[in-house]
Amino acid sequence: MTSRMQTVRRVSLAVVRKDLRIEWSSKVLLNQVAPFSLVIMIMFAFALDNEGILQRVAPGLVWLATLFSMLVIVQRSFAVETADGALDALRVAGTEPLGIFIGKSLALMVQLLALELMLLAIALVLYAVEPTAMGYAETFATMLIATIGLGFVGTLYGGLGAGARGRETLLPLLLLPAVAPVLIGATRATEAAFGSGGAQSSEGWPWIGLLAVFAGVFGAVGALAFGPMIEE
Amino acid sequence: METVVELSGVVAVLSNFPALAGIDLVVHRGEIVLLHGPNGAGKTSVLRVCAGLLPIERGEGSVMGVNLRTHRESVREQVGLLGHSNGLYLELTVTQNVSFWASTVGATAQEVALAMQRMKIDGRLAHVKASQLSAGQRRRCALASLIVRRASLWLLDEPHAGLDTAGQDELDAILQSAVSSGATVVLASHETQRSRLLATRVVKVDGGLISGSES
Amino acid sequence: MTTTQGTATPTTQKLGIATAIALIFLVLSGLIFSAEDVVQGSTVRMMYVHVPSIWVAYLAFGFTALCSAVYVSNRSRSLIWDRFAGASAEIGVLFVAISLVTGSLWGRLTWGTFWVWDARLTSTAFLFITYIGYLAVRRLGGTFSQRARRSAIMALLAVLEIPLVHFSVNLWRTLHQKASIADPNAKVQLDGFMLFTLFWGLISFSMLFAWLLIHRQRLMALEDAVQDQGLDRAIQERRTEAGR
Repeated sequence: MTSRMQTVRRVSLAVVRKDLRIEWSSKVLLNQVAPFSLVIMIMFAFALDNEGILQRVAPGLVWLATLFSMLVIVQRSFAVETADGALDALRVAGTEPLGIFIGKSLALMVQLLALELMLLAIALVLYAVEPTAMGYAETFATMLIATIGLGFVGTLYGGLGAGARGRETLLPLLLLPAVAPVLIGATRATEAAFGSGGAQSSEGWPWIGLLAVFAGVFGAVGALAFGPMIEE
Repeated sequence: METVVELSGVVAVLSNFPALAGIDLVVHRGEIVLLHGPNGAGKTSVLRVCAGLLPIERGEGSVMGVNLRTHRESVREQVGLLGHSNGLYLELTVTQNVSFWASTVGATAQEVALAMQRMKIDGRLAHVKASQLSAGQRRRCALASLIVRRASLWLLDEPHAGLDTAGQDELDAILQSAVSSGATVVLASHETQRSRLLATRVVKVDGGLISGSES
Repeated sequence: MTTTQGTATPTTQKLGIATAIALIFLVLSGLIFSAEDVVQGSTVRMMYVHVPSIWVAYLAFGFTALCSAVYVSNRSRSLIWDRFAGASAEIGVLFVAISLVTGSLWGRLTWGTFWVWDARLTSTAFLFITYIGYLAVRRLGGTFSQRARRSAIMALLAVLEIPLVHFSVNLWRTLHQKASIADPNAKVQLDGFMLFTLFWGLISFSMLFAWLLIHRQRLMALEDAVQDQGLDRAIQERRTEAGR
C-alpha cells in the first residue's frame, strides 16, 4: 500500500511539473486564455450596460468567466496529451492513473487560480467592486476551495473519451451542468465577500462549506473513475 | 522455452473494422520477431493487442502469463510500445521529455543521461523542443524514453523509419543488448531488408491474419 | 430471433394490451369521470399526466443507474445491462421532457407564467440536460464494451451530480429568497376519486415504461447484432485481402 502511495506521489509530481512546464514554455494561458477572459468581462459590460447592475452582479460574472475559460484550459490540457499519443504512452506504460489524475488536477488548479486572481483584479477595476479586508479573506478562501473542486471535476470530464471524435464539442455539455453547484456556491460566497446588494460577509461561509463538499466528493469520485475513464 | 506472447484466433476491432481477423502467434523469450506485411495488414494492431491497449473482441490472448481478455491493464508495466506516434510532449525539450518518463518510474538522472547518450540526443539536441526535431530525432527521443522505462517486452512499430544509417545501427545494437539481457522484441516493418538481418524469426501478416512464417 | 418477428413476444403483447387499456381508462377518468378542482378548475387534470411523467423519469434514471452499477460490478460485463441502462435513459429523457412541457403549460394556466426559478423546476431542467449529455456519451463511438464502460461511469456520475445540483439549487432558492409561489399540488384538495386517478396514472405510466423499455432494449440488441453480423462479414472480407 505504501509503495502504491509512493508511486502515486511520484507520478503526480511528475505530471504536475510536466503540465506546468508545458504552460511555462507555450504561454497559452497568458497569451490566449487570459485575454479571452478579459474580452468576456468587457462583453458583459456591453450586454448589461449599467454600472449599478455590473457592480451588483460582478461576483457572478467573475465566476462565469472562470468557467468559460476553464473549458478552454481543460481542452488544452488533454490536447497536449493526445497530440503525439502521450496519453496512450502513459497508459501503455501502466502509469498509475490516480497519479495522472492528481497531477493533472493540480496543474489545472494552479492555472485556474492564476486566472481567477486576474479576473478579480479586472472586476475591481472595471466593475468598481470594493471589498473590505474581511471580504478579501473570504474571496481568497472561496477561490481556493472552489478551484480545488473545479480542478478535480474538470480533469475527470476532460479525460472522458480522450481522443474520441466529437469529444471537444461534448465537453461543455457535460462539464457545465456538473459545475453548476460551484457557480451557485462561489457566486453567493463572493457576493457576501464583496457586499453586493447589501449582503453580509458572514453569509458567505455556508456557501464555502458547499464548495468544500463539492471538492471532496469529486476528488474522491475522480480518484476512482479516472482510470477506467481514460481506458480505450 | 518461456512463452512471452500467445495469441490464438484473436479478432480486434477498430470502430467496427476488424483490424485483426483471427491472429495466431506465439513468441518466446529472447526472440526478435519481425512482423512484416503491406500497409494496413494489421501489424500495428498486433502490437497494440500485445501491449494491452486494444481489447480482444474474440479469441484468446496472453502476454507474460497475463490474460489479455480479463487483465490487459496489468501487462502494461512490463511492456514498452513505440507506435506510429512517439508519445512526446511537443512543447517540451528532449531532456524534459526523457526526464518526465524517467520520473514516472523513478529512474535516476544518470539513467536519463545514459539513455540520451546512447540515442545520441545529448549535447546540442538536449535542449531543443520536440516540435523542432526531425522525424528521426523524435524517434530517438522516444526510444530513449523507452529505455529509461526498462520494459521487458519491446513492441516497436516501424522503429527504423526516419532514422539515418548510424541511428539504425545504434537501434540494432540497443535491441541486441536488450535481448541479451533477457528482453523480448516484436517489431513491425514493411521495409524488411534491414530488419531481416536483425530478426531471429520473420512472420508475415496480411489481411488481419498470419499468412506465413520463416526463420 | 429473426428481424421479421420484430421485438414483441406473447408476454410483451399482453403487457402492451394491458397498458393500452390502462391508458384509455386514465384518459377517461382524468378528463371525464374525475371532478374539477375548487380553485384550479379543469386545469388540475394536467396533474394526471404531469406527475406520472416525472415519476417515470425518476424511475427510468434510477433504473439506468442500477443497471450501470450492475454492469460495472459484474465481472462478466454482460452488455444486456448496458442496453437496459441506455434504453431506460432514453425513455427517461422523453418523459422528463413531457413533464417539463406539461408543467410549464400548467404553470401558465395557474401561475400565469411558463417558468419560475423554483428549485424543483431548475433542478429538473438540469436533470434533463445531464441525461442528454449521457445519451451523447453513448454515441461517442468505439466498441460495444467501450461504450458500455464510458456510459456506465457517466450514469453513476450523474447519480452523484443530480443530488449535488438539487441540493445547491435548493439552497440557492431558499437561502437567497423565499420561494414566492407555493407548490401547486399543495393547493389542490384531492378528493378520493382524484387521488385514485392520480394513482392510476402512476400505475399505467409505469406499465408504459416497462413496455417501452423491453422493446427498446430488444431493438438495441438487434442493432448491436446487425453491427456484429457486419463484423462477421467484415472479418471474411478482411481475410480475403490476404490473397490479393
